[in-house]
Amino acid sequence: MLFLQLVISGVAQGCIYGLIAMGFVLIYKATETVSFAQGELMMLGAFCGLVCMTLLGFPYWLAILCAIVGMALFGVVLERTVIRPILGQPAFSVVMLTIGVGYVARGFITMLPGMGTDTQALPVPYKDQIWNVGALVLNVEHMAVIAATAVLCVALYALFRYSKLGIAMQAASQNQLAAYYMGIPVQRLNGIAWGLASGVAAIAGLLLAPITFVHANMGFIGLKAFPAAVVGGFGSLPGAIVGGLVIGIVESLSGFYLPDGFKDTAAYIVVLVMLMVKPNGLFGEKLRKKV
Amino acid sequence: MRFIFKTHYAQDIVLAKHGGHWFWYGALMLLLLAAPWLFAEYWLAQMTLVLIYSIAGLGIMLLAGFTGLFSMGHAAFLGVGAYTHAVLTNMGVPFPLALACAAALSALVGVVVGLPALRVKGIYLGIATLSFGFIVEEVLARWESVTGGNAGIHIKKPNLFGWVLESGDQFYYLCLVITVAATLGILNLLRTPTGRAFVAIRDSEISAQSMGIHLAYYKTLSFSLSAALAGVAGALYAHNLQFISPDQFNILQSIDLLLMIVIGGVGSVHGAFLGAIFLISMPQLISMTKDYLPAAVGQAPGLQAFVYGVVLIAFVLFEPMGLYGRWLKVRTYLQMFPFYRKGMFKRQKSFQKSDRLK
Repeated sequence: MLFLQLVISGVAQGCIYGLIAMGFVLIYKATETVSFAQGELMMLGAFCGLVCMTLLGFPYWLAILCAIVGMALFGVVLERTVIRPILGQPAFSVVMLTIGVGYVARGFITMLPGMGTDTQALPVPYKDQIWNVGALVLNVEHMAVIAATAVLCVALYALFRYSKLGIAMQAASQNQLAAYYMGIPVQRLNGIAWGLASGVAAIAGLLLAPITFVHANMGFIGLKAFPAAVVGGFGSLPGAIVGGLVIGIVESLSGFYLPDGFKDTAAYIVVLVMLMVKPNGLFGEKLRKKV
Repeated sequence: MRFIFKTHYAQDIVLAKHGGHWFWYGALMLLLLAAPWLFAEYWLAQMTLVLIYSIAGLGIMLLAGFTGLFSMGHAAFLGVGAYTHAVLTNMGVPFPLALACAAALSALVGVVVGLPALRVKGIYLGIATLSFGFIVEEVLARWESVTGGNAGIHIKKPNLFGWVLESGDQFYYLCLVITVAATLGILNLLRTPTGRAFVAIRDSEISAQSMGIHLAYYKTLSFSLSAALAGVAGALYAHNLQFISPDQFNILQSIDLLLMIVIGGVGSVHGAFLGAIFLISMPQLISMTKDYLPAAVGQAPGLQAFVYGVVLIAFVLFEPMGLYGRWLKVRTYLQMFPFYRKGMFKRQKSFQKSDRLK
């Protein structure tokens, strides 16, 4: 029973990693660049929700909606202003650029008077509720994370499978040039991919906020989402979620069964093993570069 | 304008190309040698720190700037060097021996990290080194019998076979000697076949391979040399602070090291030094301007991160060659005055070839 309990909390944590990793993968597939600012976007999303709920006094659902839409717009603007001008430069430049964006976001939040340096709780309606199912004690916050992730996965699957936009994005991610020749506005799609990734990050932030707290350094959790993305295979959306779940469960179990210190490094040990055994990840395609 | 009249092939690889080099680098050397008499103690300490970071910067420049492998966990090598050196020094091992051991152990760890680097590249390598950095930080914090855990350890003054370096001046000279040696070493390395092989790997792995360069060997070598330099820098860093703890070698330190070379200018030895000067002087500049800013902004703890981020973004967007690139432009402008044209340093848009091509 304890084991099941640990697995469930691991799954909940893993869903968060998976959601952030999904942001990486969306951006990577669309633009072949890696965003190190994803964790900070999540943190911004959580702060957005917090501001909407406490300062502006919006009702819960409206605040959530505002935060997600706001962050999605922010993502689009970010892509337009700083990412697009350096597309085509080496990947290293983009990585440093997104690290810079992360620094700016973190610095900006800590400069907000009155709230930047504190840790706050996000006032959600399901705070501290518990369900008892048999001998299992289920934390409603964890359940909310799992449910929301499942819904989001279905929604994204539908988007990529059935909508024109999703199919165009798939095409652009397979071959940008060919997609461009077919009349797909690749640049606009890149912007939309950033917007989607930011929106997903905001959702992750809002889901994580009741479990941890809202503070300026919560974005560092994004660094654990990298292992999730790699374990799943960097270019695969379902892989990101599965990778996140693997990392979350391993972390939760090793925190209980292994000595101190393994909880924090479990994710990294898993990813190093993965890179040695199967560098393309669980769902990654096997690729070779042509000359 | 200066035209160099070449009469000998050796002139192509000579370190000082013309009299101007001799003059200016000589003047810089004299200034650095005279620094303890010219500058106050505080500024000398800052210069020492610049020298230490330059050594680490040279290491990461060799790896990222000249071999094209970028490491997001370089602080781990700094940490391995610092801890090895601290433990050995406290056991009474003389400074040069302890330093050599620190460099050797860091290099060994670099080889271990370099091995997976042969299979993965690009972002995967970044993530592998990032993960490795986290693991090392955790090991340093948990291996309490040796490293003292999160409480950290103190380190004795450097001891050169019985001659203990007590004052800041002496330590400054020690750092200066090691920095000059490291710089000359790197410059010399870059004009040997090994250095050329590194650059070839950076520019194109496939063409390097087809020219007969053994990728695995040279990549591992680059990793280990870079790690050894970081280890040396770590050892000096430990002496400089006289106290080390695992959180000085975390991910932020790794990112600072990367930031340093990007702002200095990737792919130039000068860049490592300019970046180090930037990294050390920036907090000073920020704290100087703090008084003129409104209190809400000036006193915020995030100001430094904010400024670093903005500067980093600005450099990547507008000056990808960093401070050294900017200096090249200024120099060319002055040399060619008044014939400098706008497009002389125009960025070539080199569309990145997809790694995912089938």
